[in-house]
Amino acid sequence: MINNSNPYFKPIQWILIYWFGVGPIHLHARVTLLNAEQDLHQIVESAQPYDSLILSQGIYTFENILIDKPLTLMGQEGALLKSLNGDEILLVTADSVTIQGLTFTGVKTSYIKERSAIRIDKGKYFEIKDNVITNCFFGIYLEHVSHGVIYNNRISGQATTEAGSGNAIHAWYCSNIQIKGNELKGHRDGIYFEFVDKSLIEENLSFNNIRYGLHFMFSNDDIYRKNTFRDNGSGVAVMFSKEIKMIENTFSHNWGGASYGLLLKEINDASIINNQFNQNTIGIFVEGSNRITYSNNSFRRNGWAIKFSGGCSANEITNNNFLNNSLDLVVGTKLSDNEIHHNYWSEYTGYDLDKNNIGDVPHYPVKLFSYILNQVPEAIVLMRSFFVYIVNFSEKVSPVFTPKEVFDPTPLMHEVQ
Amino acid sequence: MIRFLNLEKRFGRNKVLKGIDLDLSQMGITAVLGPNGSGKTTLLKCFLGMVIPTNGSIQFKNESILGRHLYRSEISHVSQIVYFPENLTPNELIKMAKDLRPGTTREKHFIELFELSSEMHKKMSTLSGGTRQKINLLLGLMHDNKVIILDEPSSGLDPVSFLNLKSFLKKEGKKNKQILITTHTMSFVEEIADHIVFLLNGQIYFQGKLNDLLSQENRKDLESAIANIIQQKKSTGLDA
Amino acid sequence: MLKIFKYTVYDLIRNRWLIFYTGFFLLLTIALIFLSNDVSKVLISLSNITLMLTPLVGILYGVMYYYNSEDYIRFLLSQPISRTSIFSGIFGGMATSLSLSLIVGLGTPLLIRGVLFVPEFITFIIVLGMAVLLSIIFSSLAFIIALYNSNRIKGFGVAIFTWLFFAVIYDGLFLLLLLIFKDYPLENITLGLTMFNPIDLARILTLMNLDISAIMGYTGAVFKNFFGNPLGMMIILILLICWIVLPFYWMLRKVNRKDF
Repeated sequence: MINNSNPYFKPIQWILIYWFGVGPIHLHARVTLLNAEQDLHQIVESAQPYDSLILSQGIYTFENILIDKPLTLMGQEGALLKSLNGDEILLVTADSVTIQGLTFTGVKTSYIKERSAIRIDKGKYFEIKDNVITNCFFGIYLEHVSHGVIYNNRISGQATTEAGSGNAIHAWYCSNIQIKGNELKGHRDGIYFEFVDKSLIEENLSFNNIRYGLHFMFSNDDIYRKNTFRDNGSGVAVMFSKEIKMIENTFSHNWGGASYGLLLKEINDASIINNQFNQNTIGIFVEGSNRITYSNNSFRRNGWAIKFSGGCSANEITNNNFLNNSLDLVVGTKLSDNEIHHNYWSEYTGYDLDKNNIGDVPHYPVKLFSYILNQVPEAIVLMRSFFVYIVNFSEKVSPVFTPKEVFDPTPLMHEVQ
Repeated sequence: MIRFLNLEKRFGRNKVLKGIDLDLSQMGITAVLGPNGSGKTTLLKCFLGMVIPTNGSIQFKNESILGRHLYRSEISHVSQIVYFPENLTPNELIKMAKDLRPGTTREKHFIELFELSSEMHKKMSTLSGGTRQKINLLLGLMHDNKVIILDEPSSGLDPVSFLNLKSFLKKEGKKNKQILITTHTMSFVEEIADHIVFLLNGQIYFQGKLNDLLSQENRKDLESAIANIIQQKKSTGLDA
Repeated sequence: MLKIFKYTVYDLIRNRWLIFYTGFFLLLTIALIFLSNDVSKVLISLSNITLMLTPLVGILYGVMYYYNSEDYIRFLLSQPISRTSIFSGIFGGMATSLSLSLIVGLGTPLLIRGVLFVPEFITFIIVLGMAVLLSIIFSSLAFIIALYNSNRIKGFGVAIFTWLFFAVIYDGLFLLLLLIFKDYPLENITLGLTMFNPIDLARILTLMNLDISAIMGYTGAVFKNFFGNPLGMMIILILLICWIVLPFYWMLRKVNRKDF
């Protein structure tokens, strides 16, 4: 299950203990089967470190259960933890806690406290697996934790407003955590990272969240790959962060007023590789971001494939497919030092006489119409009008308003596979 | 059967019919004559409902026909048609004409009369002008109606077909039918017309028998009689 | 009316211009399919072409057909049929054959390509539907033009200008207006102005399917309510139908007063 080549999980013993079930400390651990009539507070309190508590089927109505020693909490089928008055259910402050196979519900919205079904505060080596969390304010709340995993949980809320809803997975000041295989929906953000470093987000499905599918703030050296973000307010927002790798994700149907598949705001040294952007209002909205590599991505039928605003320099846009977007590149400000080459543009009308799969005339992806749109947004209703074609064509022949330096000198004749 | 009451028609400023009162009650062949622009085609078109009169009324069997269309099922009309839908064949046009108005038809008679049987399966666009005129006559005359109106029926016909048409019209004229013909071929009129209506400047100049017109103008043949009328009008300045 | 309709269609499906027109769209669609595997790209290219070409062909073909049929119309006028029936039949027959030509030309290659079973099916229906609606609208305008102009040269001139006006000039003036008054709230005016141009209406209905993301992205509440709502689509469809009904009604009014 765990990827041994992953650089973020160094303590080899930990892996051995937790994944092969062997280790000296485990030898005297007890396994206790509980039922819903028992007092969880008391049982947790009297349990020894490394005990396993197995919750049998039933509704356990409690709140603020404090887990301050290494324990394993497992649910049998139908084991439901319900918040007594809507406050938090589990609060973990110890290392090496496992929570698996449980269903959580009933944590109510609060405007004073960020209540969550599971909160881990300063714990390490935790495992949260196979749980279902429904209709809770926050789902899993991590603060000051590291080296934990969150696998295969299903977290769903019924968020309607940003202010009245919490995040499915919320991480604050964390490092070396792995979030994998989860399904996150109906919250404010699917995953929220603030000051979270060296972590991995993989193969999650985040959809119908009202703000972002995934949200990075001040987080560095993280990777997210093979995730799907669809029908969120916006797909993914990466803000004020460095060295983020975004690989093989799908961003689709994030559309609405100011919606985008991916927002990059004031970030540097990131790479965006092999992603799919389908039918978003804006595929990638870039504001003041530098040294970003965009390669081998496909932008299909977005309103704008990539929209740059603020100073953006030293970016590299290569080997991408721009397929049937309403507008491919929109440049609000001056771009400098950017390399755009070897992309496939479905709009390209040039020819390839020497049959080397590279068009013989450069492609200018920024159109006069997008310049006009910046002045009069309402002009959008004239898109694809014959008159607009004429205007675009005359501008293409002799550029006056559109930036001359933004062009692909080597446009491909066929899609990048 | 046909009565025009104070019929006026103006095309813009141009008054083409200036209050025509005309009662066509006698049966037989009536030639409607007049110089170019005298209003004879307009008069007939008014009766057929193709031109809408500015003033006055038209009665057919003592009923006004203005704005109606069903009365036309009792009228056969041959107009100066050059182009029919070019991808239809004469057979298809006959079928259409039968679809459009019920009643007994006699298209076979005309196919024989004009020797058309080899042309009936060809597209109209491939037929010669004369053949198209024959098809036009056929389509106009195939329904056996009491009233027949022909607008320049002789144009484009070869002599043999013209003879055949004349003998057909003569026979029809004796069947207690009312046949109205406009033409510029005076010998044709002399040969077949029982009555003459002569239009000049949008007014009736003469209505009556051919011989009466000749004696009135003191001429022996129709052509010179008509030339005389037109000449006279010009010299008295009434033509303006 | 139905009888005239029947024979008109019967005549026109063998018309060489229509056969040529069908062939043109057949070849074009096949070529586009071969050039691109992506059905949505084919549909975008087709919609760009049809939005421009079908009004032009509709209006020129309508004028040409009317002038060529003047004799035939006179023949029909002497039959015991009302003028309304005659022109409904002839116009209906012409519009139907023109539409059939588009449906065959655009539809067959894409149906063979399997457009029924891809998500772009709705787009296909819209592109085809708009091509058909525009053909009908512009051929009815053509009949009106021909009814008012007995001079053929003038009739063709007016027809070409009408097309040019709706296809290009209108949008140019529209854009100019937007640029001049860009400091004012323009959303309602913009929506209002599109209503008076059937090509704009058809284009926007296509946009709502192809480029909805872009439309939604840029502008404020009025657009969002209009375009993000099935009601907006319904309104546009109703307006397009008005663009058929009103010219048709105008045409019949003119027909019933005209001297032939």
